[in-house]
Amino acid sequence: MEAEGRVPGLPLPAGGEGPGADSHLAAGALGTARGPLLAAAAEVLALDDEEDDLEVFSKDTSLAEVNSLSPSVPISPSSMINHYKFEDGPELRDLFITVDDPESHITAIETFITYRVVTKTTRGEFDSSEYEVRRRYQDFLWLKSKLEEAHPTLIIPPLPEKFIMKGMVERFSEEFIETRRKALHKFLNRIADHPTLTFNEDFKIFLTAQAWELSSHKKQGPGLLSRMGQTVRAVASSVRGAVKNRPEMFTEMNNYMETFSQKINLLDKIAHRIYKEERDYFNEMKEYGPIHTLWSASEEDIADSLKGIAGCIDHCCRATEKRMAGLSEHLLPILHEYVLYSEILMGVLKRRDQIQGELDSKVDALANKKTENNLFSEEIGKLEDKVERANNALKADWDRWKQNMQWDMRSTFTNVAENNLHYYEE
Amino acid sequence: MEDCLAKKMEITVSEAEKRTGRNAMNIQETYTAYLIETRAVESQSEGQCAPVESLWRRYSEFELLRNYLSVTYPHIVVPPLPEKRADFVWHKLAADNMDPDFVERRRIGLENFLLRVASHPVLCQDKIFYAFLTQEGGWKEMVNETGFQLKADSRLKALNATFRVKNPDKRFTELKHYSDELQSVISHLLRVRARVADRLYGVYKVHGNYGRVFSEWSAIEKEMGDGLQSAGHHMDVYAASIDDILEEEEHYADQLKEYLFYAEALRAVCRKHELMQYDLEMAAQDLTSKKQQCEELATGTVRTFSLKGMTSKLFGQETPEQREAKIKVLEEQIQEGEEQLKSKNLEGRDFVKSAWADIERFKEQKNHDLKEALISYAVMQISMCKKGIQVWTNAKECFSKM
Repeated sequence: MEAEGRVPGLPLPAGGEGPGADSHLAAGALGTARGPLLAAAAEVLALDDEEDDLEVFSKDTSLAEVNSLSPSVPISPSSMINHYKFEDGPELRDLFITVDDPESHITAIETFITYRVVTKTTRGEFDSSEYEVRRRYQDFLWLKSKLEEAHPTLIIPPLPEKFIMKGMVERFSEEFIETRRKALHKFLNRIADHPTLTFNEDFKIFLTAQAWELSSHKKQGPGLLSRMGQTVRAVASSVRGAVKNRPEMFTEMNNYMETFSQKINLLDKIAHRIYKEERDYFNEMKEYGPIHTLWSASEEDIADSLKGIAGCIDHCCRATEKRMAGLSEHLLPILHEYVLYSEILMGVLKRRDQIQGELDSKVDALANKKTENNLFSEEIGKLEDKVERANNALKADWDRWKQNMQWDMRSTFTNVAENNLHYYEE
Repeated sequence: MEDCLAKKMEITVSEAEKRTGRNAMNIQETYTAYLIETRAVESQSEGQCAPVESLWRRYSEFELLRNYLSVTYPHIVVPPLPEKRADFVWHKLAADNMDPDFVERRRIGLENFLLRVASHPVLCQDKIFYAFLTQEGGWKEMVNETGFQLKADSRLKALNATFRVKNPDKRFTELKHYSDELQSVISHLLRVRARVADRLYGVYKVHGNYGRVFSEWSAIEKEMGDGLQSAGHHMDVYAASIDDILEEEEHYADQLKEYLFYAEALRAVCRKHELMQYDLEMAAQDLTSKKQQCEELATGTVRTFSLKGMTSKLFGQETPEQREAKIKVLEEQIQEGEEQLKSKNLEGRDFVKSAWADIERFKEQKNHDLKEALISYAVMQISMCKKGIQVWTNAKECFSKM
């Protein structure tokens, strides 16, 4: 049961939970054997074991309900899977990706932008340690759909939208390209940080293949039709009431997601509104300062005071500009990202339901026919696990992300306030 | 300024009340009456509190008082009244004369007006002003009896003078330019300030939405819940703080407005000078032409073309007796004219002297007041920023605990 290559000397967790310590993997465990899952996952992680070590202890208490182990008990690879954080400290990463240098290409049919993707890695399965390729937005879309296909119940990070209706109009405006570049950079890095996704074969190809290699690879893979068939079956099964067996946790999650999605959308709107108001404020302030200077020209005694105030007002303007920049660089994109995330999550939950639906129908069939459906059930159960893990990992990540995001925003604000203060005191 | 009334007497406009009554045209209307309270200061030092006397006045009576003062003391820069109608408002403030905030600010403005008049070395000694403060009934009649309305210069006359005057004192011309500039720049500033206030209000208030959403969101979160909730509370505090801030700013705006209106008073003094100067010039011109006429008649030479000359040429000379009579009349007129000219000259010079003295006084007052206003504005901004820092520091703490 225990995988090779793990840190030697770690005893099995106590508690008589049997080989493989399966039951603490999922609260909603359906009791099916987890053997294959553990071995596979543990093998996958074997390479990283030495690095993970005690770093995997999470501060996140959201996993507490899933895992009955207390932190003081030494861990086994199985529990390591649970604890595996979404974002390791940077010193543990072995895959570094940057997206930069947008360039436009003009062909007879169309004009498009490619971005340079640079990868540095120390992983063994990569042939070399550095790669540099150019990719266009379509390639990213392809990667995302492949990932979704391979891992329907994992949370795939959001891609920047194809075309943003409000705000930027010009598809090739600098602002738009830059925003997109940053989002693409984040996208790839999140995948790299994900314990499972990072080892996806298509991902590797995306990072390493030359342009022609990529296009030929793209043409392979399961056809559209088969995927559609899958979807149809899934929809059918979900219609048959897959919800009846849904574990409590997922119902909670569904409810949570609905409310969250609502709130995050609201926050996004509010933040945009604030940005707009600040822009208006800034525009008016621009006029305000010069008036004082004009006035000082008519005065003698109070000319200096007036000029002083004019100067301060101009400082305020600049500070306001900084504040707005802070908003648009930090807060707005992140809120937007989480809006997208909430959509993604709803999708994931739906797919999970579908899978469960399939499982349920299989179980029913099993009860009726006693056919070779064990393996099927196992597979489906395994997928469910994945969902849970991904979900929990993301939740933890969220919370920390929130912190960081808010911190940034607040620092920006307090900066502004302090600036104001400083300059007015002059 | 020992004789200054303000030192001897405490003056306050302490209340405002809505009243209904019949106005001059016997139409029912609603207006606001203000309570003026006065109390002699001196007796306080004896350990006794002097009785407070009070009476009610409405805005139109204040206007009457001011008109009287402007006409009676044309060389003085008479303090302005607060605005009749709300101007330069931003959207939150009502432009309605009955709005309680407006009434309150007007009350303060009226008190300020009375205090300024009472501290003016010349104006405070005026009997009508004293009666305004102390005599409830019959004050209007008293004012009208002074006949000041007759002394008032017509607008048309003043305008005419402004265009035609040849040699006004340069200082007054400069002063007029200055007052024009002052008026335009202050009104521009107030307009922009109102817009800025509007926008700032928007920014703050939208943050209040954060409070609401955070609160709702915190309901579904576990670890983040507390942090979110308290952060939301701070957002609400932030949003609410703008109301006080902007109210304080209104006071600043009012201070600027006073000087906006003062510009008009300055201009009035300049106009008076121009009028007097024009009068003077006209009188001098008249005298010169009369003298000329006299000379012509006496010597029989026609120096300049004149209708008389023409007619006499056409219709024959006058008789010597007629001429004598005319010369006599003219000489009398010339005599009068010269005396008038002398006194007008004197008047003019006196006016310039006293006006300029008051203008210097005004300038000092203006510089002092505006400096203080600007400083207080800066102080307000600082306090606003300090509040902002506090709120955001608190919010930051809450967020970091999420």
